[in-house]
Amino acid sequence: MMRFRQTDNERSGLFTRRALLLGGAQAVLLSALAGRLYQLQVLDTQRFTSMAEDNRISMRLLAPARGLIFDRTGQPLAVNRNNYRAMVSSDRGRGAEMVLDRLDQIFNLGEGEKARLLRELRRSRNAQPSVVRENLNWEEVARLEFNAPDLPGVFIDLGQSRDYPEGELMSHIIGYTGRVADEDLNGRDDPLLQLSTVRFGKKGVERSLEDDLRGRAGAVQVEVNATGRVVRELDRTEGTPGANALLTIDFELQRYATERLKQRQIDIGSDHQSGAVVVLDVMTGDVIAMVSQPGFDPNMFARGISQTEWRDLLDNPERPLNNKAIGGAYPPGSTYKMVTALAALDSKTIDPWTVLPCNGFIELGDIKFHCWLKGGHGGLAVQGGLSNSCDCFFYEAARRTGVDKIAEMANRLGFGKLSELGLPGESPGIQPSRQWKQEKYNKRWEQGDSFNLGIGQGYMNATPLQLAVMTARIANGGYEVQPNMLLAKALPREELAPPAVRTKPNGPSLRLDPKHLAIIRQGMSDVVNSPAGTANQLRFDPATNKPLEPALQFGGKTGTAQVKRISERERAMGVTEAQLPWHLRSHALFVCFGPVDNPRYACAVIVEHGMAGGATAGPVGRDVLVETMRRDPSRHMERFKKTAS
Amino acid sequence: MTSLALGTPAPPAFSERIWRINWGLVLVLSAIAGIGVLALYSAAGGRYDPWAARHAIRYGAALVLLLVVALVHPKIWLSLAWPIYIAAMLLLMAVDVIGKTGMGAQRWLMLGPMQIQPSEIAKVAVILVLARYYHGLTREQAGRFLFTLPPLLVILAPVGLVMVQPDLGTALMVLLGGAALLFVAGVRLWMFLAAIIGALGCLPVAWSVMHEYQRKRVLTFLDPDRDPLGAGYHITQSKIAIGSGGLFGKGFLQGTQSSLNFLPEKQTDFIFTTFVEEWGMAGACLLLALFALVLVWGFSIALRSQHHFGRLVALGVTAMMFLYVFINTAMVMGLLPVVGVPLPLVSNGGTAMVSVMFACGLLIGVNVYRDAQLPRATR
Repeated sequence: MMRFRQTDNERSGLFTRRALLLGGAQAVLLSALAGRLYQLQVLDTQRFTSMAEDNRISMRLLAPARGLIFDRTGQPLAVNRNNYRAMVSSDRGRGAEMVLDRLDQIFNLGEGEKARLLRELRRSRNAQPSVVRENLNWEEVARLEFNAPDLPGVFIDLGQSRDYPEGELMSHIIGYTGRVADEDLNGRDDPLLQLSTVRFGKKGVERSLEDDLRGRAGAVQVEVNATGRVVRELDRTEGTPGANALLTIDFELQRYATERLKQRQIDIGSDHQSGAVVVLDVMTGDVIAMVSQPGFDPNMFARGISQTEWRDLLDNPERPLNNKAIGGAYPPGSTYKMVTALAALDSKTIDPWTVLPCNGFIELGDIKFHCWLKGGHGGLAVQGGLSNSCDCFFYEAARRTGVDKIAEMANRLGFGKLSELGLPGESPGIQPSRQWKQEKYNKRWEQGDSFNLGIGQGYMNATPLQLAVMTARIANGGYEVQPNMLLAKALPREELAPPAVRTKPNGPSLRLDPKHLAIIRQGMSDVVNSPAGTANQLRFDPATNKPLEPALQFGGKTGTAQVKRISERERAMGVTEAQLPWHLRSHALFVCFGPVDNPRYACAVIVEHGMAGGATAGPVGRDVLVETMRRDPSRHMERFKKTAS
Repeated sequence: MTSLALGTPAPPAFSERIWRINWGLVLVLSAIAGIGVLALYSAAGGRYDPWAARHAIRYGAALVLLLVVALVHPKIWLSLAWPIYIAAMLLLMAVDVIGKTGMGAQRWLMLGPMQIQPSEIAKVAVILVLARYYHGLTREQAGRFLFTLPPLLVILAPVGLVMVQPDLGTALMVLLGGAALLFVAGVRLWMFLAAIIGALGCLPVAWSVMHEYQRKRVLTFLDPDRDPLGAGYHITQSKIAIGSGGLFGKGFLQGTQSSLNFLPEKQTDFIFTTFVEEWGMAGACLLLALFALVLVWGFSIALRSQHHFGRLVALGVTAMMFLYVFINTAMVMGLLPVVGVPLPLVSNGGTAMVSVMFACGLLIGVNVYRDAQLPRATR
């Protein structure tokens, strides 16, 4: 008993000492916990509070409605329609792989698309959503809703996407929109562009007016949970919709010009249809119609173009994606003769009555420069030279004037540089000069080069738009009007109204002698209206087949631009254009303005490989110009007010 | 033994036993459970379902268990120590073979409709067996190396079985709890030193047998920023929640981190975070103070017990409570790796509640029968 007591006392004494030691250790550790609490909740609390808010609150940008685009009569050309989109969000990609795999089963995303989405999600802080699929149909919406419990972070968003009611007809003018690319961000720090649902203008007016059409982003502050699902809305600032745009285009005229261009090529039996028409208001520079054939369906891009559709567009020899009206550069041929004539008159190397001889050709060394008329015109002054399109006259005029004066005049009339139209895809063409040839070919300018330039051949290249601008500047009395396509832009839509009618040219004077211009215009009038004119058959009204009434009479100039030089042998064998393959035939050109005594509209037509300017392009130009004068879009603004509202 | 025959005092009368129950301690435990109900109510977004109501009911049942256990004479526990231990070991082995997997580890066993976690039973069983063992040893014997081997086996066997599951938290608790008991029982200090040095030597081995997720947790603990979205996410979010609570918290039901699900496991291992986000440092200190009160009570019961078995049981239970609280809170505050230890009486979960209340029953029982004469059991 005693021993037990003693043992127990010993044990309990040791136990007590060690238990107290243990208790002390526990007290120290518990104090450490309290210290940690102090550190987290007092010292660092602000940092953690802001981190908690960062977690919880997500700023989401609200895409504003993109501005609508109308033609000058108020016809809608680009509108927005509802678009049900499948969206996915996840905080920096957490759990995204599983969700994407399940979405893959529903939509067949494919590996590439999955990888792209995963990248996007990992980049996004605060669970900014990404677009999985657009334009969901009812069945797809139903499947998503049905599987919602297995798809955390996936939701359906009602957004807007672009719709182009006129499709191909307006494709080159309106263009289309697409995902924001890196180069689009260039110099733009609009936060809206970070939004995956936002579309950016890629072509046409959608591109040139991008910054007006886009609008300003709104923002909504939402509370999100850990899977990125929005729990509630905390604050909302509405954005500003994009400005609506009223274009200078007359939609009906555009349709008419497109049909005429197409029909003409069917009529001459061409197996390809490729060409361009530009109609300008010579006073304002308004582009009233701008056709480039063929077009494409911009709605393909709006709903997402497939690989095969894209390849088909790229591989088509008629190049439907090129806007030939502003981007196609062609030798202008005889339509350039007005430039040569004006340069010669302006530099006083010829007088209006100077007669230059034509024997059918001019020899320069051992090279023969032929006139189109075998045997020649005898001798002509400048007005007759134009109406007969005598090549020899312009060889000689070019020789006398020299390349420097011609190039200078051409630049004044708009050649060799970009216009102020601002559409993407415009070409400056080529206005050759001594300096240009030296830089390009490291060769001296030759006399023969001047001969070729004099008739718009050789190195010379111009776009249909430049030809129309030249014609407009000649027609308006020598004022530097610039082509433009935007009649008005406004927000809201009710304020969209065209400007007042203008009857004076909108541009500085080119300081050309009005008498010279009058002679040129008279020469162009003779082309159509004098019996000797090269396009005399165009003096008839296409509707009645009677000569045009005076108010609709017009002046013009034909042009047939060689693509392939015709050799002496071929000339001797009498090879005709129609026997050549399509891509080697000459381009057919026609420029015109009207009414002849009070010009208001200018028109340029090119039919690619259309063989003869007067025969192929002429009727198209005549029909379009006459129709333009009949509709007289520049003076019928009140019509807009009726249709727009 | 002769001692039994001599003047054995009569066991205390029933009314005396009721009086000796530490009602104050029971009150503190109930307060802690009450905080648990509050936190679980909030974790469910202000609803009694699915956790808070069941937690309250469970606590009520466990309280009855506690009182029953407290009124059972320690000699019964003395004789039941080994059977309980053996049963716990068998159940642990069963879990490893046929257990239900949850959270990447096999921890549960289905017994009819009941889901039990044998590792929780093992914690109590180890305390009982070790107390019984040292109850029968003299001080010199307890100090000797050879006599330390059986208790080591008693501790390491369940530790091994729990590690296989794998359940690092419970293994750690059994190991440290057992070590605490050996320490107060009188095992020589040099043996602890040797064990610590040996353990450090074994670290590379332990590393090689660890599961990938456990390694990740350790690495993440050492450097939480190495993977802020993966393994470090839990601990980062927990720290954000605690830190953003500030001094007085965001207010009841106002915790954004938990209600928006940024907190993982918010109703079990991270319940402390849920509570502290809403009640701030004030709430955290209150909760920790309540636990500290339990510990103080435990120590005073241990020191007042007249028999060695009682002392050891009381201290073992106290050490277990401490380890629960410390490991859990240190883990959610980013001081320890995430190891999966619940906060006793606050976290949602039945088995842990039962085992903790059972242990507390034992603790109170020690007080009720503090002057009982226990035979020195043969080994």
